[in-house]
Amino acid sequence: MKRLPVNRLSSRTFSVIIWIVLLTLPIWMRAVGSYTELGTQVVVLALAAMALNFLLGFTGTLSFGHAAYFGLGAYGAAMTIKYLVPSTPLAIVVGMAAGTIAAMIIGALIVKLRGVYFAMVTIAFGQVFYFITFRWNTVTGGDDGLSGWHRIPLDLGFTSIDIEHDGKAFYYFVLLCFALCVGVMAFLLRSPFGRTLLAIRENERRARFLGIPIERHLWLSFVISCLFASVAGALYALLNNFTDPRALYWGQSGNFVIMAVLGGMRSFWGPLIGAAIFVVLQDYVSSHTENWMSFVGLFFVLVVLFFPRGVLGIIRRRTMR
Amino acid sequence: MTQLILFNVFNGLIVGAFYALMALGLSLILNLSGVINFAHGGFLAIGGYLAYALIPFVGFWGALLIAPFLTAFLGLIVERLLIRRLYGRDPLYSLLLTFGLAYIFEDSTRFIWGAQSVPFQVPDWLMQPLSSHYFFLTGYRLFMVLLVAAAVAALFLILTRSRLGIRIRAGTLDLETVSVLGVNVRILRTLNFGLGIYLAGLAGVLAAGMLGLSPTIGTSLIMPSFVAIIVGGLGSLPGTLLGGLLIGVASGITTVFAPSATEAIIYVMMGLVLLIRPRGLLGEEGRVQ
Repeated sequence: MKRLPVNRLSSRTFSVIIWIVLLTLPIWMRAVGSYTELGTQVVVLALAAMALNFLLGFTGTLSFGHAAYFGLGAYGAAMTIKYLVPSTPLAIVVGMAAGTIAAMIIGALIVKLRGVYFAMVTIAFGQVFYFITFRWNTVTGGDDGLSGWHRIPLDLGFTSIDIEHDGKAFYYFVLLCFALCVGVMAFLLRSPFGRTLLAIRENERRARFLGIPIERHLWLSFVISCLFASVAGALYALLNNFTDPRALYWGQSGNFVIMAVLGGMRSFWGPLIGAAIFVVLQDYVSSHTENWMSFVGLFFVLVVLFFPRGVLGIIRRRTMR
Repeated sequence: MTQLILFNVFNGLIVGAFYALMALGLSLILNLSGVINFAHGGFLAIGGYLAYALIPFVGFWGALLIAPFLTAFLGLIVERLLIRRLYGRDPLYSLLLTFGLAYIFEDSTRFIWGAQSVPFQVPDWLMQPLSSHYFFLTGYRLFMVLLVAAAVAALFLILTRSRLGIRIRAGTLDLETVSVLGVNVRILRTLNFGLGIYLAGLAGVLAAGMLGLSPTIGTSLIMPSFVAIIVGGLGSLPGTLLGGLLIGVASGITTVFAPSATEAIIYVMMGLVLLIRPRGLLGEEGRVQ
C-alpha cells in the first residue's frame, strides 16, 4: 500500500474533477442528448457499487448477494410512504434500517466462511428476501411490484423543496445523500479501522496473529457495506416511485459486482466509473434490441477477459510507470 | 391426508433428486477447479432443449442418450476457450464470467425456441399411473428416480474405481502433488468439467419431462443447488447428494402445510445448518477457511 506523494496528489485532483462533473451534471446532461433521470440512476447505482466495493475491494471479501439489502432498502422506503408516513427522509431511514438489520443477522451467520464459500452463501441468502417479497402479495404487491405511491416533497419548515416533480431538485437531493454516504466511507477507510480492513485483505493470517479480531471486523465491514447498499436501494425506489422483486434478484447483485470490477475495485472512485459506463450502455442497448440479456452477458465475459483490473486500474498502472 | 403428505414427500424426493444431480456437477467443478459455475443452470436448459430438438429424429430414448453428451461437448468447448484462462485467479472472475454465460445461454434459448414453454413429449406408457390409489406414482416419476439413482451410482463408481475418478479425487485434495506425479492437470480439469456438465445435461432432459421446458428452467434450479452444496458440506459429494434430497423433501412437506413458504424453507434450513454446523452436514473440518 505504499503510495508515492505524486500519486496521492493526482488522486486528490481526480476527486475534485469527479465532484465538479457530478455537481454540474444536470446542466450538461441535456446538452449531450440525455436526461437528468439517467444521471440520478448513475449516482444511485454508483452508491450501491461503492458500498459493495467497501467489502469487495477494501476488505477483500466477495459478496454476490448485495441486491438483497439494496432491495430491502427499496421496499422499506416504499412501504413506509405507502403504509406509514408520507415522508421522504423517514422512508430512507426505514429502508436503511431494514437492510442493515437483515445484514446484521445474515452477517453473523456467514463471517466464519471464506472465499468461494462466502460468495456462494451470500448468493443463496439473497434469494430468501426475493421469495419473501415475491410471495407476500398482500403487503409487497408480489410480482407486480409496489406502486401507487410517490416520493414526497421535502419540508424544511420555512420552505419546501419539490423533489417530486422537479427532476433536478431530486438529483441534487440524491447527490447530497451520495456525498454523505461516500464521505463516511472515505472517512472510515482512512481511520485505523479501515487500515485494519486493508491489512485483513492483504494477509488475513498475519492480521490474525497480530491479535486483530478478524470475524468482528468482517462482520462490521459487511454490515457497513450493506447499510449503504440499502440507502442506495431506498433512493432507487424513490427515483422510480416504484419497486418490484427484481430489485432483489441475484442478477442485480451481479450488476453491482461488474460495476465495481469494470471501474476498478482497488480504487475508491472505480465503482462510480463502472456504474456510469454500465448504466449508459444498458440504457442504449435495451432501447435498441430485445436481446439485451445477451449483450449484458457478453459484456460480463469481455470485461473479465480483457479488463479484469478495471478502467481506473489500467489508468493507475499507466501513470505509475 | 396421509396420501397428500406421501404425494408431497415423493414429489419432494424427485425435485430433490434434480437438485442433487445438478449440485453434484457443480460440486465436482467447484472442488477440483475452484470455479462456481453460475452457467450450470444454462447448461441444464440447453440439455433439455437439445433433447426437445432431437426427439422428432431419434425419439425420447435416443434424445435421452445423446442430448447430455452434446451438452457435455459444449461444456468442453466453453472450458477450453474461456474458463481455462481463469484458473488460479480470484474466484471472482470465473464467477462473473459464468454469470455472463448464464445470461447468454438463457437469452439464446429464448431466441431460438421462444419465450413460451414448449411441450416435451414423454412416451405415453411412461405417463400412466402405476396404481389407482397412489395416482401420483406415474411410471415417468418412478423411472426418473431410478435413473437419477443409477446416474449417481455410476458417478460414484467412476470416482472410486476408474483411473480418471481417482485422479479427480486426488486433485481435489492436492492438485499440485497430482501434477508433480505426472498427471496432465489441464486435461483432468477439462474432463472433470465435461463430467459435471454431462450431469447438468442429463438433469435437463429429465427436468424437461417433469416440469416442462422454458428458458428460465435453469435459473430456477440453480439456487437450490447452491443450497444443497452448502447444506451438505463443501467438498463432500455424498454431502451434496444428501443436501439435495433433504431440501427437496423439506420443501415438499412445506408445500402441504404452508404453500407460500415452499421456497423460503430451504434457505431457513441453510441458515440453521450454518448456525449449528458451519461446515455443512458432511463437510470436512478445515475446508471452510
